[in-house]
Amino acid sequence: MEIIQESGTIFMIMAIVFGLYMTWGIGANDVANAMGTSVGSGAITVKQAILIAAIFEFAGAFIAGGTVTKTIRKGIIDPSSITGSPELLVYGMLAALLAAAIWLMIASTRGWPVSTTHSIVGAIVGFAVAGIGMHAVNWAKIGQIVASWLVSPLLGGVIALVLMLSIRKLILNADNPFAQAKKWGPFYVFLVGFIVSLVTMFKGLKHLKLEFTMTESIIAAVVFGLVCAVIGRMMINKVKVDENADREFHYASVEKAFVPMMIFTACAMAFAHGSNDVANGIGPLAAVVSIVEHNGEVAQKADLPIWILVLGGVGIVVGLATMGWKVMQTIGTKITELTPTRGYCATLAAATTVVLASKTGLPVSTTHIAVGAVMGVGLARGLGALDLRVIGNIVVSWVVTLPAGGILAAIFFFIFKGIFGTSAGM
Amino acid sequence: MKSTNPMAALFGKSPFKPIQEHMRVVVDCVSEVPPLFEALVAGDQAKVEAQKDLIFAKENAADEIKNQLRGHLPKSILMPVDRRDLLDVLAMQDSIADTAQDIAGLLVERKMEVPAGTGEALVALVNRCVDTCNQAGKIIAELEELVEVGFRGKEASQVEEMMETLNRIEDETDDMGMALTRSLFAQEDSMSAVSVMFWYQLIQWIGDLADYSEKVGDRLRLLIAR
Repeated sequence: MEIIQESGTIFMIMAIVFGLYMTWGIGANDVANAMGTSVGSGAITVKQAILIAAIFEFAGAFIAGGTVTKTIRKGIIDPSSITGSPELLVYGMLAALLAAAIWLMIASTRGWPVSTTHSIVGAIVGFAVAGIGMHAVNWAKIGQIVASWLVSPLLGGVIALVLMLSIRKLILNADNPFAQAKKWGPFYVFLVGFIVSLVTMFKGLKHLKLEFTMTESIIAAVVFGLVCAVIGRMMINKVKVDENADREFHYASVEKAFVPMMIFTACAMAFAHGSNDVANGIGPLAAVVSIVEHNGEVAQKADLPIWILVLGGVGIVVGLATMGWKVMQTIGTKITELTPTRGYCATLAAATTVVLASKTGLPVSTTHIAVGAVMGVGLARGLGALDLRVIGNIVVSWVVTLPAGGILAAIFFFIFKGIFGTSAGM
Repeated sequence: MKSTNPMAALFGKSPFKPIQEHMRVVVDCVSEVPPLFEALVAGDQAKVEAQKDLIFAKENAADEIKNQLRGHLPKSILMPVDRRDLLDVLAMQDSIADTAQDIAGLLVERKMEVPAGTGEALVALVNRCVDTCNQAGKIIAELEELVEVGFRGKEASQVEEMMETLNRIEDETDDMGMALTRSLFAQEDSMSAVSVMFWYQLIQWIGDLADYSEKVGDRLRLLIAR
């Protein structure tokens, strides 16, 4: 206990610095992947994407980022294994943050498709196994998390496929596709607002002291969806038929009608990403803060202080503003094949899946889900050419990232332990 | 690990735009064949040579697109259509330009005197065969729309109607080709045997322009039918 009291402030500062470093890395690398489908479809410019991301990443982190943060903070490690020496958890979480952030930086400079989520989960498991023992890891939870890594891209793909088929049936194959696009457009916008807000508000938002019943959440989601639909309708109504473009490509005007709709999905995606990925940076930070504030007690009931969520949101936005926009530009120019209708399906599918995972408290990889959703559009015979080698690369990055994050974290763990010492040994 | 961003690496180069571009060049190449025969019938050897050069240049341009496209279609690419079917479409398109090249080459390399009284029918046949190519070109121009709707529905039935037109024009060229062959054989005694053989070959090749165009449509039908 003395160690925490003596060096508490240092631990706090380290945790904040490492946490900011990690969220900065998330903003620099990950956000671009989340926004890529929107930028690539030409629906929004890179500047607009940055603006949307800045607002909605922050909102997502702040409003819905708490549940996954809780998982990272205290769901992976079994607290009963370290009640006697809480400083071990502090060292471990600091080590995990630093390890994951460094691994991310190495990987992104090499251009490897690693996931921030996999890095941090690997790092936490790594320090726990090496520093405390196999029993310290809540393997049941890890099982759930790993299962979600497999299921979530599939779910994203299936949703995208269904959306794509519905758009074909209702709009593209109709006699007058453009009129149908105008008619159904507001419904598709409603869907974006409704799904995202329903999943977010379902069962309430505890840290914001908002408790909703099931019915209240549904009513609120419908209202929110309708507001989106009305705004969407006004935007879609401004779209005019472009006869010249239609001669070149018969569906050019229909695609134009989907551009305003993509703005909503882009917001949803940024929100979803913020709600899930911010936890990778601030979960460990929250764990350290909680222990230090409770003078070494591994408090399981403690609420997540809101300033930590804010800090995470700020870190992501700064990362985006400093480096993320470059990555976004690169992606935007490479995936022009994604037209607004396809982009809409892929983005909404990915956003839905990620928000769902966030609400369940499962840390998933936004990038992998986005890849899965695009694959879903491809399986609907909707894309010219998808390079399946990406799947292989992602699998390889899994296999490499989990141990890499783990080993790095274990090394840092022992370094911190060496510097600050342990109470158990004294 | 390949060093690229996963979202960017996910998107391969779509083969549909290049295959449409290829067909545009092929149609353009074939459109130089009627002036070639008009020059031949008119006895304007300089013009024949000039047309031959044009056709050869355009055939080369088409070949270049074809080779580039083939190089960009590794087996790991997920496409809305079967890779082999798509390459078949490309091969058929390529055969059209190759045939145009063969025709132009023969007209320049060997002095081909038009058999008496066949000039008009000859030019008519050539024009109709070029119509077949144009119709195939129109069908290929719909490829991108087909991808948009997933090769199903209204767009697909429209394309199938266009294919019926294609088949009908090709049938016409068959009849015209046979009629022309008949009038060639009718005067085989007054011509040198070698000339008859070469003219017979030439009429076959002109007909091939339409045959390969029809096959482009047939192969595209396979893409839709999957």
